[in-house]
Amino acid sequence: MTITEKILAAHCGKADLRPGELINAKVDLVLGNDITAPTAIKEFERIGVNKVFDKDRVALVPDHFTPNKDIKSAEQVKMLREFARKYNITNFFEIGCVGIEHALLPELGLTLPGDLIIGADSHTCTYGALGAFSTGVGSTDMAAAMATGEVWLKVPETIKFVFKGKLNKWVEGKDLILYTIGNIGVDGARYMAMEFTGDAIRSLSMDQRFTMANMAIEAGGKNGIIEPDGITIRYVKEVIKRNNIKRGYTLYKSDPDAKYAKVIEYNCKDIEPQVALPSLPSNTKPISKIGKIRLDQVVIGSCTNGRIEDMRIAAKILKGRKKHKDIRVIILPATQSIVKQMIKEGLMDIFIDAQCAVSTPTCGPCLGGHMGVLAEGERALSTTNRNFVGRMGHPKSEVFLSNVAVAAASAVLGRIGSPEEL
Amino acid sequence: MILGKAHKFGNNIDTDAIIPARHLNTHDPAELAKHVMEDADPQFVNKMKPNDIIVAGENFGCGSSREHAPIAIKASGISAVIAKSFARIFYRNAINIGLPIFESKEAVEGIKAGDEIEIELTIGEIRNVTTKKNYKATAFPPFMQQIIKAGGLIEYVRRKLHG
Repeated sequence: MTITEKILAAHCGKADLRPGELINAKVDLVLGNDITAPTAIKEFERIGVNKVFDKDRVALVPDHFTPNKDIKSAEQVKMLREFARKYNITNFFEIGCVGIEHALLPELGLTLPGDLIIGADSHTCTYGALGAFSTGVGSTDMAAAMATGEVWLKVPETIKFVFKGKLNKWVEGKDLILYTIGNIGVDGARYMAMEFTGDAIRSLSMDQRFTMANMAIEAGGKNGIIEPDGITIRYVKEVIKRNNIKRGYTLYKSDPDAKYAKVIEYNCKDIEPQVALPSLPSNTKPISKIGKIRLDQVVIGSCTNGRIEDMRIAAKILKGRKKHKDIRVIILPATQSIVKQMIKEGLMDIFIDAQCAVSTPTCGPCLGGHMGVLAEGERALSTTNRNFVGRMGHPKSEVFLSNVAVAAASAVLGRIGSPEEL
Repeated sequence: MILGKAHKFGNNIDTDAIIPARHLNTHDPAELAKHVMEDADPQFVNKMKPNDIIVAGENFGCGSSREHAPIAIKASGISAVIAKSFARIFYRNAINIGLPIFESKEAVEGIKAGDEIEIELTIGEIRNVTTKKNYKATAFPPFMQQIIKAGGLIEYVRRKLHG
């Protein structure tokens, strides 16, 4: 069996599972945010139970339009707050503690290897980087899982992606995943598990792995997953110690004779930094073929690229430089602890000296919410995960996607460009 | 049985196009319905009539998990969506909230904008009244049929828990 099949089997009490089987699986964590949880709460109350299945295994993370951008958003977060109080839910995160859900929950040790996690947010697939099965669902699924602790799932087929060789200069996990999506298309892994493996993956830090698993949904994937190894274990041990986590975790690996729907091999020497042009994440080109594209805004952050390592990459490039006079640069660290670490390492000084705006953790402009929405005809380069029409603002604005190094270099150049040009 | 006019869309219609995030500061179905398909076709709400049908290409509903997308479609009065294929989360959400969806490549290719379409919901039979052609949608597995029959996931879970 594959790692995905093994985790699903363990959560429905079966020794063996085959792709296509429909199962009822136990969940280790159910999450929702300020956009999706209000509908889930409404639906939950219709079920007619007087408690959630486990008050410690529901996470309510108001991260999308927070700090509340308007009255309506404030009302939505209020619903989460009152629901959390009513059902004594441990993991509700108030402003000051909240961060972007997919960076926050791993940091707090709420997602561990071998877990089965569902979340009413499509980028819930992020936790696959830890060797967990995690997938995005809707609000009604979230409601049902909060009541029963279970979710119905179809066991997916798996595509195995093997990344061979060493990464080229300035290439990040983001480029590997953008390259993959460009290669197989936005529905190339529809309903399927994406298993990332190969020596290049083994060399990636956890932050880079989170970025890759985060974007599995952009290829239509049900989950993205990376077998845990020494890097995973070191990360998890540190998280468990720091947060005084009491529960254990399980490391699963795919069997050597596991069956895959497809095995796709990439040689990393063919992969340079990638840019996804409007208006699909699959519309990728290598940075050398981009030409001169003028920008109005650069966004560095999000659940895809807002972790400390991303901040360090951006700071390395922006140190001693100023952003181009014609553009705005918005930096969104994903959690409070990342902000604190940035201050400690002097990254805040670098960004402020470079005339970048640094925001409190929020999804904000990634989905055109607030904190940097685009006007008609404006163009942004962003380290986020989607460049659909109107994603960051006006339907006639444009979003390009890239890694952190390219975004930081482009902030200085005023157009899309490589750090090599600085 | 459903009878309505077809509105056609292309491939990869994402949930940001179905209901842009700028309208997600509410979860009220009636409010969401006012903006359905806004970034795919800003005039859509003025063109469509209750019972009309959305007919789209591959990977309909890709992107975000927002249930607001099928909710906006359902609340607008659109009676069903026929697509060549659906993105995974949209598919689940539509079943869970009771928005009828049908997968048929042939039907999508055989239907033009404005055609009158009739759908026999329970058996997934699609009839193009304008061209007099019939199509059969992919059948739902028995488990999903139970959810559909119950009227959505919440009703299904309620019955399971309370007998």
